[in-house]
Amino acid sequence: MPPAEHFVAPPQWEWWILAYFFFGGIAGGSYALGTLLRFAGDPRDESAARIAFIASFIALIPCPIFLTLDLGQPLRFWHMLVDASDGGLAFKYWSPMSVGSWALLVFGLFSLVSFVGAAAEVGWLRAASPVARALRGGAGLVWNAIGTAFGLFIGGYTGVLLAVSNQPVWSDGGLALGGMFLASALSGSAALLLLLARSRRDVDADTAVRLEAADRYFVILEAVLIALFLVTVGIAGTIDRVLGIWLVLWLVVLAGLAAPFAMARWDMARRWPPVAAPILALLGVLALRALVIFSAQT
Amino acid sequence: MAFQENRALGFFTDTSICIGCKACEVACKEWNQLEGNAPKFTADSFDNTGQLDAQNWRHVQFIEQIPDNSGMVVTPTPIAGGQAWLMMSDVCKHCKNASCLEVCPTNAIVRTEFDTVFIQKDVCNGCRNCISACPDGVIGFNEQQGVAQKCTLCYDRLQGGLTPACAKACPTESIKFGYVDELHTVADSRLAALQKQGYAKAQLYGRDAKVYGGLNAFFLLMDKPEVYKLPNADNAMLPSRNNLPGYIGGVATAVVGLVAGLLAFRNGRMNGNNANNSTNAH
Repeated sequence: MPPAEHFVAPPQWEWWILAYFFFGGIAGGSYALGTLLRFAGDPRDESAARIAFIASFIALIPCPIFLTLDLGQPLRFWHMLVDASDGGLAFKYWSPMSVGSWALLVFGLFSLVSFVGAAAEVGWLRAASPVARALRGGAGLVWNAIGTAFGLFIGGYTGVLLAVSNQPVWSDGGLALGGMFLASALSGSAALLLLLARSRRDVDADTAVRLEAADRYFVILEAVLIALFLVTVGIAGTIDRVLGIWLVLWLVVLAGLAAPFAMARWDMARRWPPVAAPILALLGVLALRALVIFSAQT
Repeated sequence: MAFQENRALGFFTDTSICIGCKACEVACKEWNQLEGNAPKFTADSFDNTGQLDAQNWRHVQFIEQIPDNSGMVVTPTPIAGGQAWLMMSDVCKHCKNASCLEVCPTNAIVRTEFDTVFIQKDVCNGCRNCISACPDGVIGFNEQQGVAQKCTLCYDRLQGGLTPACAKACPTESIKFGYVDELHTVADSRLAALQKQGYAKAQLYGRDAKVYGGLNAFFLLMDKPEVYKLPNADNAMLPSRNNLPGYIGGVATAVVGLVAGLLAFRNGRMNGNNANNSTNAH
């Protein structure tokens, strides 16, 4: 199979987009973990679930700001949703950027309501207690399940957005990129929740253990998808673009992947601060996105 | 004379008679009021334009293929006549299946009544998704205006029944403008003439549907498309080819991720219950 040839120009998607990919992934992943903790976990996991919903919304807040700032005409951000030519809706299911804009809006609603419910439960917004009550039980399960679907979409569609192009690396790794970003978002979110859980006394110690176990599963999934990404890029003949100077970022990614296992296996947690592994994991999530975004455009 | 609507207009660029004068670049900039980039030395033959972008909607490529006569007296190459030093005035291809139009989330990129691909400057919000999609690197980002820009095929001139500026200025008629179906006939006869003269590599690019369903701005090339930095038929793919595999990969990962999460949290719940039960038993 001859290598793919690319004659494209780079879109100059840089720091704002990197920030969006990172925070969007954390927002979507945290929401999914919050739902799992609330409905599949132990009742003692509830405080961690609340942290997850709060973290999800806080991570989501800057996302539309980053995206708007990246536009050449920021005041036309609404053109993503409304067709300025005819006033109708701008929605193209075959354009991930169009679908993603809508998904971000809808997920924002779910994340906001879940945040309000969680904030009421921790005592920040006592007036919103009815929301918190409504999010319990069957209705809450349905709400969180739909929100999780959108959250997972936000976590992964960014990879599909890159793949649906003609850029080297991005379009070459089309099969793996969406899944890789999603798995990375889940592992990063688990790491963030661990980080937050360890700073709060009301989170059960067993919850942290369960989060660590989930994190290790997500990391394995992420590693498999990174391997698949490298294989697809290798087949396309563009693997040299993600190597070279990008090896530094790959080392950060590898450190982030290895940290949860290394800490557990070699009992390094006794010598290292307990936040070391989650921070390394989060840096790995950022590094993975950075090297994918920048390597294709240089 | 007004042009017929709903009948495709386009360019046939015959590179075999391009002399690299860059009159097309100048005429394009003049008509479209493009300031151009600051001049730079590209160290690439006679090219100081560099590439197509927001300021260069026509770009004359100079491709030197002079045989290496190192250590020998340089003798005129027997394959002269447009093959040793290729020149080509590159431009937006106005593809029938346009990658840029496909991905544009705001519908700023539209197909006109003349079947050309046009960026509505007042609708574009500068997301640059079209730049990531265009396989030919045609579209550029105008930093001053904050929008994506490319050749309009002189849409304003077409509306007035005028020939696009570049074709009007081309002194050798390397750039031919007209109805695409008529240009096809011209191109076919020109190719046949060149092949009759022994130019075996001469070929039409974008004349048929193999490349993006056909190009409204198509070319007669004197070598393979990739020599001119054009994707060949094997590499001419629409961005949407990655939609299905990308989403399938994402959904599969989501399912595996959710199962993994369920396993981690359920196991914990069971272990927690077991621990509680054993505590109660004692």
